[in-house]
Amino acid sequence: MEYFFFIVRRLMWSLLVLVGLSIVIFMIARVVPGDPARIALGPLATTEQVANLRHKMGLDRPLYVQYAVYIGGLVRGDFGQSLLTQRSVALDLRTAFPATLELVLATIVIATLLGIPTGVLAARFKDTWVDNIGRVVSLLGVVTPSFFIALLLQLLVGYYLHFLPVNGRLDPSVSFTPDITGLVLVDALIRGQPGVWFDGLRHLLLPAISLAAASLGQIARITRSSMIDVSRKDYVEAARAFGIPDLVTTFKYMLKPSFIPTLTILGLEFASLLGNAFLVEMVFGWPGMAAYGVRAILHKDFNAIMGVVMITGAFFVFVNLLIDVLLGTVDPRIRIRGARS
Amino acid sequence: MSDLALSPSATPDESSRHRAWRRGWYRFRRNPAAVAGLVLVVLVVVAALGAPWLAPSPESAGTFVNFGERHQPPSLHHLFGTDNVGRDVFSRVLYGYRVSLLLVVFVLGLSVPFGVLLGLLAGYYGGWIETVIMRITDIFLAIPALVMALAITAALSPSLMNGMIAISLLWWNWHTRLIYTTVHALRHEEYVEAAKIAGASDAHILFREILPNCISVISVKVTLDAGFVILIGAGLSFLGLGAQPPTPDLGTMVASGANYLPEDWWESVLPGLAILFAILGFNLLGDGLRDLLDVEVS
Repeated sequence: MEYFFFIVRRLMWSLLVLVGLSIVIFMIARVVPGDPARIALGPLATTEQVANLRHKMGLDRPLYVQYAVYIGGLVRGDFGQSLLTQRSVALDLRTAFPATLELVLATIVIATLLGIPTGVLAARFKDTWVDNIGRVVSLLGVVTPSFFIALLLQLLVGYYLHFLPVNGRLDPSVSFTPDITGLVLVDALIRGQPGVWFDGLRHLLLPAISLAAASLGQIARITRSSMIDVSRKDYVEAARAFGIPDLVTTFKYMLKPSFIPTLTILGLEFASLLGNAFLVEMVFGWPGMAAYGVRAILHKDFNAIMGVVMITGAFFVFVNLLIDVLLGTVDPRIRIRGARS
Repeated sequence: MSDLALSPSATPDESSRHRAWRRGWYRFRRNPAAVAGLVLVVLVVVAALGAPWLAPSPESAGTFVNFGERHQPPSLHHLFGTDNVGRDVFSRVLYGYRVSLLLVVFVLGLSVPFGVLLGLLAGYYGGWIETVIMRITDIFLAIPALVMALAITAALSPSLMNGMIAISLLWWNWHTRLIYTTVHALRHEEYVEAAKIAGASDAHILFREILPNCISVISVKVTLDAGFVILIGAGLSFLGLGAQPPTPDLGTMVASGANYLPEDWWESVLPGLAILFAILGFNLLGDGLRDLLDVEVS
């Protein structure tokens, strides 16, 4: 029962955050820049034309009515029309979002698969050269701008070594539309096209590695320090005293509790991960939210901008909700505190 | 009532304070990473402040063109090579640090006092003040900073000033969270209770009793933040939404230099390394201070 209340509370809080976000972005996009109708028509339009469009866009109605109309649209999945592509923003996002999602998922897989073992090794060989290398790698991952890592990888692996492609999601010669889930790797598997799958993977690797560096560093740092904390606990000493093999102690008794801070940090990191995805996508010509969002910003296409921000925010909130629920499952203390507070 | 009675531990005698500094400095020196961080930060600050005197070609910071010397590789004459219009990249990097540090000072100068004030109020008063402030803070924490900064610069049109405003609008919440947690732990300390009993005003307790005890947390956080502000600012200008040409901004230089990859690598890679050095410096220094002052900032 406690678990149920915990989830309900978390859901309501997520909803509240999204409403807050929608108010903030509505104010930024509709109120700050001045008259959207004037922006849409340009400086040469007559006052009458502007007044007409204002009426058509509903801008002559009170602000709270405009917001209500906007929210009503959002609930139905309608983000309005893009001024730039002349298509519905929702339709544009349906093609852009899966590309970003695929990149982010690959990033998380890489960051956890490399970050956790790095942290475990560093903790196990604390204050030796293994630990020092791990520390330097994690630090460099955290402090290097992701777009700079992207650029360096592009230069070294792509241009000099000709190892991997440096642009786009698939080779231009490959004609494949991911029309089931929108994720190339998943759809190629479903359609049974190993060639496409392999090409997709080759295109995905460099952007995902560039994006993973920062999170990898954080995960390795957190895993290391929490493993070290745990290793001083009595029950670990007891396990050792009973002669339980080192590997079992490390992975069964020490690693498990360190998943909690790691997951927590992953949730917080996710915001900067999404932001960095914008930069990395631009470097690799990845057809995701960034290309769409930045173009929208340069053309002051506010419906598209609001769509991009809302989807990114919703994605972040959803992931954190997921992480909280996971944490609640792993650690009963969290759900009890969460249900009561 | 004298001030002394209200804050018994706030004014230790000079010699013991001096000894504490000496001890701190000794411990700091024994941490090579922190010293390396300090050296990097000092170098960056010197480069930024001294740019007009240190730069071999100060005119390169502006609209200067010298088509006879475009795309020159690094040499003794041009340490970092030249860019697509023949400007000296090294000089532009020195001036670029000015822009980065201006960004840091502006953003932190605006957002830290605001964030700290809200954190103090929320932590000290509790109740509905706490609920309102902390819920709004949580909403802002749920917004990916770079993405929101993009939206704000879009609304205000891309420029260095608007980029700085956008980042400031998204930065205060981290300080609010941090100070809130700190104050929450401090508000029932004995010296706070004592000040209350002695009849001190809320303002006195907040700013003279509690705030001084938050200074070490704030200074560590600010040092670490400096690196991350440079990071996010570089990202913004890399996308063309921060400082506009010909302002010598490091992120913009990486972006425009990238057009000439792979041949003219120095035009993007060296400014990129310059960004990395600055961020690394603040990060190492911040970590060192955190160990020294023994505070938790995350």
